[in-house]
Formats: sequence, C-alpha cells, structure tokens
Amino acid sequence: MVIKVGMADMNVCAGSDSIITMGLGSCVGCVLYDPVSKVSGMVHVMLPDSTSITQNSNKAKFADTGVAELLDKVIAKGAVRARLVAKIAGGAQMFSVNTNSPTLRVGERNVEAVKAKLSELKIRLVAEDTGDTYGRTVEFFPETGEYHIRAIGKELRII
Amino acid sequence: MADTLENITAQYIDVLAELGNIGAGNATTALASLLQSKVDMKVPQVKLLEFKDVGAILGGEEQEMVGSYLGVEGDITGSILFLVKKDVALHLVTKMMMGYASGDFGEMEQSAFKEISNIITGAYLNALSTMTNMCIYPTVPDLAIDMAGAILSVPAIQFGIYGDNILLIQSQISDEIEIDGFFIMVPDIESYEKILKALGLIS
Repeated sequence: MVIKVGMADMNVCAGSDSIITMGLGSCVGCVLYDPVSKVSGMVHVMLPDSTSITQNSNKAKFADTGVAELLDKVIAKGAVRARLVAKIAGGAQMFSVNTNSPTLRVGERNVEAVKAKLSELKIRLVAEDTGDTYGRTVEFFPETGEYHIRAIGKELRII
Repeated sequence: MADTLENITAQYIDVLAELGNIGAGNATTALASLLQSKVDMKVPQVKLLEFKDVGAILGGEEQEMVGSYLGVEGDITGSILFLVKKDVALHLVTKMMMGYASGDFGEMEQSAFKEISNIITGAYLNALSTMTNMCIYPTVPDLAIDMAGAILSVPAIQFGIYGDNILLIQSQISDEIEIDGFFIMVPDIESYEKILKALGLIS
C-alpha cells in the first residue's frame, strides 16, 4: 500500500508499505526511520517556525513542531529512538523574482529549520536532496530505507 | 483588527468574486485582440480550498503546469500567481506566435507566455485598481514549468502563515479549446485591510 502525505500533513508507515508526498516545492519532506524495526514516518512541512505565527495549531505545518510530533508518532508505532535516522528532500526555490523576499527564500529556511530541529533532537541526518529550483515527488520505502526522488525531466534519484 | 485569513475571508471572497468577473472580462477582451480570435468566458469561480484538496482541482499534484509569478507594488503589496496546464500554455503561445512556437517551451515560448500572463494579470489588477481607486503595479514575472503541487507551494506557504486554506479564482476561457486558468492573489496581511477599507466594507 502507498500511504499519502499531503501538504502540511504527516503519516507513519512500516513493513512493505511505502509513504509518498507528491509535488513538493519549497516545502520539505522529512523522513524519520528505524532501520531495524522498519517503522518510518514522513512529515511535509511548509514553514520554518511555529513560534513566529499565531495560527499554529497544525503541528505538521512547521519544521519545529512537525519533526517533534513525527518523532512521537514513530515511537508510538514501535520505533526505537536511539536507532532513528533522518532523510530529507525538497526546499526548492520555485521562483526567482525579488530573491531578497523572505517568502521566496522559504525553501532554504525550511531546510535549515528541519536540520536544526533534527540536531536538537539528536537524530542523525543520513541523506538529503534539497534546494535547487525544481519540484520533487518523494517516496520512502521502509524495507530498503530508500528515499526515491522524482522530478520532471530528471532521472530517478535514490538517496 | 483582523489578523487572520479566517476573519477577513467572507468579505474578501465577495471582493474576489467581483474582481474575478471584471478581471476575467478585461482579460478575455485583451486575449481576443492578442490572439486575434473569438474568445468565450464562463463566470469565474472563487474557491476556498484546504491544502489537501488543492492538488485535485488542478488534475493532481504532479500535473505539469506553467506558473507565472509576479509581485504587486504600490498602495498595496503582495504577489500573484497565474497558473495553467502546460498543454494549454503551449496552445496559447503557439497561437500568439502564429504557429512558430516549438513544442518544448524554450526561451521564445517562455517569453511569449510571460507576455500573456502580463496581459491577464494586468487585466485583474486594473479591475482591482478601478474598484478600490488605488495605484497597483505588477513587477516583472518569473516562470516555473513544473508539477502543480510544487508551483502551488509558493502561494500555499504565504497563505500558510494565516491558516490552512488557499483562496483562488478559477476562470474558464475558451477559444478552440477550454482554457482553465487559475489565478491566486496573496495580498500581504495589512493590504487585505486596505482593500476592504477602500471598498467601504470595513471602517
């Protein structure tokens, strides 16, 4: 079964299922996974920081609360915290008008914020495919630990 | 003071509906003269969608689309995204270039599409400018040819600051084919109030 994760959304997955998010732009798809139990989860974060925004009830929307919430969810599903590693993808800059605008640089800031949260939680980042200027569809396979990244006009990349 | 999209949405949707009507009317006239053909328009629809439903309306998150993104300056500030499916964009560009367009959306085709998006977004901005009596200017557009979800992440993130919805105008124009165009305007938060005030909807 393929488990779908939407924008500002998260889900967990294990066994022979895979977990996918389609058409990732400036958002970041962060995967946490336990290579032994194969329990995995993915969060699709849109914004770097929940503390600077009043409408912050959807935890999956932000890098700081999203990664923390995903950690709780994969542990509840049976992952062992000490074994967890992370893989991330996304954070593209889709348009280059007025690049000083913080909104357009949000991809870069999302990546930085996810990395900062992972390091704060002491979760090792083992692979990433981030930045650049194109959209990505990302699918994670817990059985192999492979994170598949597809983009228009590009070959499949596995990290 | 309204500080969230939810608080101002109901009134703002009415504004967008009116803007959609006038703007699409202007855009249709402009397109007809640019393409030198008869162009029909249906009544545009304003839609408030949850993030998770945004992909479906465009034919899936992976649908290849062409998006033209421009900034808005003047009495209000913000940004505009005009979005059509890639085959529709190619159809428009081919017509504008009188058949000289190549199928791969190269530099010439991109430049032609920027011109089309300038005309269409200009038509909407003129409508808004007339309605509110404010000076509003678009910046030079930038194009992205990519998956719908990826392009839409840009305005979605801007809306994400205020809530979990995205507000768009869907306008259908047809010449030989149906042209489904999506128009997303994201004013900065203080500009919403300026727009509503200028229209006398809030004091």
